[in-house]
Amino acid sequence: MMQTLSHFLAMGGYGFFVWSAYGLSALVLVLNVIFAIRRERFLLAELARKATPSAPRVSAAAEAPL
Amino acid sequence: MFKALHKYASPMHFYALANAWTPWLFGISATLFLAGLYGGLVLAPADYQQGESFRIIYVHVPSAWLSMFSYLVMAGAGAASLIWKVKLGDAIARASAPLGASFTALALITGSLWGKPMWGAWWVWDARLTSELLLLFLFLGYLALQSAIDDRRAAARAGAVLAVVGVVNIPIIHYSVEWWSTLHQPATISKMGAPSMATSMLIPLLLMALAYQVFYFAVLLVRARCEILEFEKRAQWVKTLASTRLVAHAAP
Repeated sequence: MMQTLSHFLAMGGYGFFVWSAYGLSALVLVLNVIFAIRRERFLLAELARKATPSAPRVSAAAEAPL
Repeated sequence: MFKALHKYASPMHFYALANAWTPWLFGISATLFLAGLYGGLVLAPADYQQGESFRIIYVHVPSAWLSMFSYLVMAGAGAASLIWKVKLGDAIARASAPLGASFTALALITGSLWGKPMWGAWWVWDARLTSELLLLFLFLGYLALQSAIDDRRAAARAGAVLAVVGVVNIPIIHYSVEWWSTLHQPATISKMGAPSMATSMLIPLLLMALAYQVFYFAVLLVRARCEILEFEKRAQWVKTLASTRLVAHAAP
């Protein structure tokens, strides 16, 4: 079992190249989702604050730009 | 028919439609990714010439296709906003740019990680690579223009003109492997003739390409929603939407 796994991870000696390519692709996909969703949350929180000036500030997590 | 078209091009309807579609698109994309990864990493056999390194194709080719596709969307939507003054066109063009830039960079980097073991070099000034690098600069130029010009309408016009002029680069990227037969291998899959690839290798590639494509539309809709919120911020429906969201947030 461990042998098959390490064999799989080795990718015939190309492990570094294959897994770097897959890892970076995953990173780009995940960051695309995070940045887009964070931006929408930020915008909605901002608009809500302007619509009701006395309203409390929304959670700090929604404050970040992008 | 034009009335129906007009209705869906209205920012408010588009926003609601995009809201409803996004979770489905993310779900479909995730399923396709799982199937494509299993097929590409486990089921597909190693290539007889390139060994296991060929598996980079499953992340490289879809991102390269998507880089060109997102450029065409950006230019097409930009042209629509320029010609017919459709606000939604500008929203979609602006939403497509960061996605396109990231997938162009990814295509270049994964290509480089494939080039090193196969060609012995991280980078060569091959026609395909150079024109793809130019595509990255076009995206970055568009993004820089958008952030440099404060007036939204002026930024939309300037961006659309840049995007439309840059379209000339797309056929150059596509045909570069035929016009200048340099280091980059020619297309494995073409519209004419059967693909020069075993079915067990081809199906995961198609699944991954579809997964990337659906993913692109999912993020595009989220980003287009952001653009709509920005240019419609004075509209009543946006104010109502924002305050109802606030109530939902504030409730424990």
